Amino acid sequence: MQVDQLARTVLWEELVRGFSLTLRYLFRRKVTLNYPYEKGPLSPRFRGEHALRRYPNGEERCIACKLCEAICPAQAITIESEPRPDGSRRTTRYDIDMTKCIYCGFCEEACPVDAIVEGPNFEFAAETREELFYTKEKLLENGERWEREIAMRLEADAPYR
Amino acid sequence: MAEIFWGTIWPLVLLIVYILVIVVPLLVAVAYLTYAERKVIGGMQLRQGPMFVGPYGLLQPLADGVKLFFKETVIPSRANKGVFLIAPMITFILALIGWAVIPFGDGLVLADINVGILYLFAVSSLGVYGIIMAGWASNSRYAFLGALRSSAQMISYEIAMGMIIISVLLTAGSLNLSEIVRAQAEQGWYLFWHFPMFMIFLVAILAETNRLPFDLPEDEASLVTGYNVEYSSMTFALFFLGEYANMILMSAMATILFLGGWLPPFEVAPFTWIPGPIWFILKVCVILFVYIWARATLPRYRYDQLMRLGWKVLLPISFGWLVLTAGVLVAFDLVPG
Repeated sequence: MQVDQLARTVLWEELVRGFSLTLRYLFRRKVTLNYPYEKGPLSPRFRGEHALRRYPNGEERCIACKLCEAICPAQAITIESEPRPDGSRRTTRYDIDMTKCIYCGFCEEACPVDAIVEGPNFEFAAETREELFYTKEKLLENGERWEREIAMRLEADAPYR
Repeated sequence: MAEIFWGTIWPLVLLIVYILVIVVPLLVAVAYLTYAERKVIGGMQLRQGPMFVGPYGLLQPLADGVKLFFKETVIPSRANKGVFLIAPMITFILALIGWAVIPFGDGLVLADINVGILYLFAVSSLGVYGIIMAGWASNSRYAFLGALRSSAQMISYEIAMGMIIISVLLTAGSLNLSEIVRAQAEQGWYLFWHFPMFMIFLVAILAETNRLPFDLPEDEASLVTGYNVEYSSMTFALFFLGEYANMILMSAMATILFLGGWLPPFEVAPFTWIPGPIWFILKVCVILFVYIWARATLPRYRYDQLMRLGWKVLLPISFGWLVLTAGVLVAFDLVPG
């Protein structure tokens, strides 16, 4: 055995290096995010919980073109539609099975009128399966609740579309 | 009547009070050692550790204790019930009775017996029984393998530890722990005289208490969790408390043998103002920090490496140092007593 190698073994050189490394890390800034109280930044493109939007005058955006239903790779969207008395075509049923959804974002890409969008909310865990079968009412309610954030994020992302 | 009271009952009451004064803070210390461990290891991994129960997570150990207390004690149907339930008690009791001879300050010791170090060594050796009984009574392969590993490991490292202790008591000329500390007041801490032995002692107490990097008995990768795999609720908690109380006991032993017990580091004004027990606790904390630090730093040993280190490295070195110590003491006519 070489003399310097022997000296290193006897003086526990590797152990000293390892222990000093962990000691230095003890005094570094922690990277923990205290999740429910602190949250990380989200991209404007983040694909979270779905929402159906309305026009500023309160009219639903969705025109029941069923492009989202067609493109949905998980077949999570179910749409039924009927013409209204005023001749416009609107959905009578717009269901998303959130347990099937894979959050790919194709529905919002396909939508010609920015009606269905995936908002920034990712905290919609439920205790039963049934609560995750979203209906049109639930989606429109989401749209009302998250409209401000959704609009801001669409605007922020617009230059890159 | 008064005679019986002052002669028999009163000393007994006093004794119980003394014991409680030692054991209650010890159990609190054990609880907060788990907290310190999680905080320090978390810190070294750039995490924060417990943060939510109480300010800075300070009530976490209490929450853990309550959780364990309210769980169901599951006794495997094929287990030997009696031994299965006695094993954790033995581990826990042995971790506590060692404290009877530990001097916290000059004269602050429950039982100032002449063979204190021998008693301590015997108690820590008996710890094997709790573990092997647990492994045997569980009637489970993993528990049994864990117990076998644990007992082989503890016995191997106890021999090296014994040699180290002999070197120290040769220099001190006494088996009484208080006398060993007083000898260090005159001769200087044995940390300096027996520095290599101090380092080996640190390694040996890691192995003795089954702590990383020598926690093969609890190797979750190969043994699920070793000898305590079948235990739950308070029986598990007793093992857990026993392990941590043992860590503190071993740290106290290292403090007394090498770091001068309750002595301040320098016999000058600001240091001598602080009372001895505080120094004692501080030194124990330093060694406990090393325990936790080692856990955060080192990966687990392989079993054959563990045995090789114990028998082929630590044992010959401590033997050699013992011969050297004895030789120097005789040659320079320094043999105490």
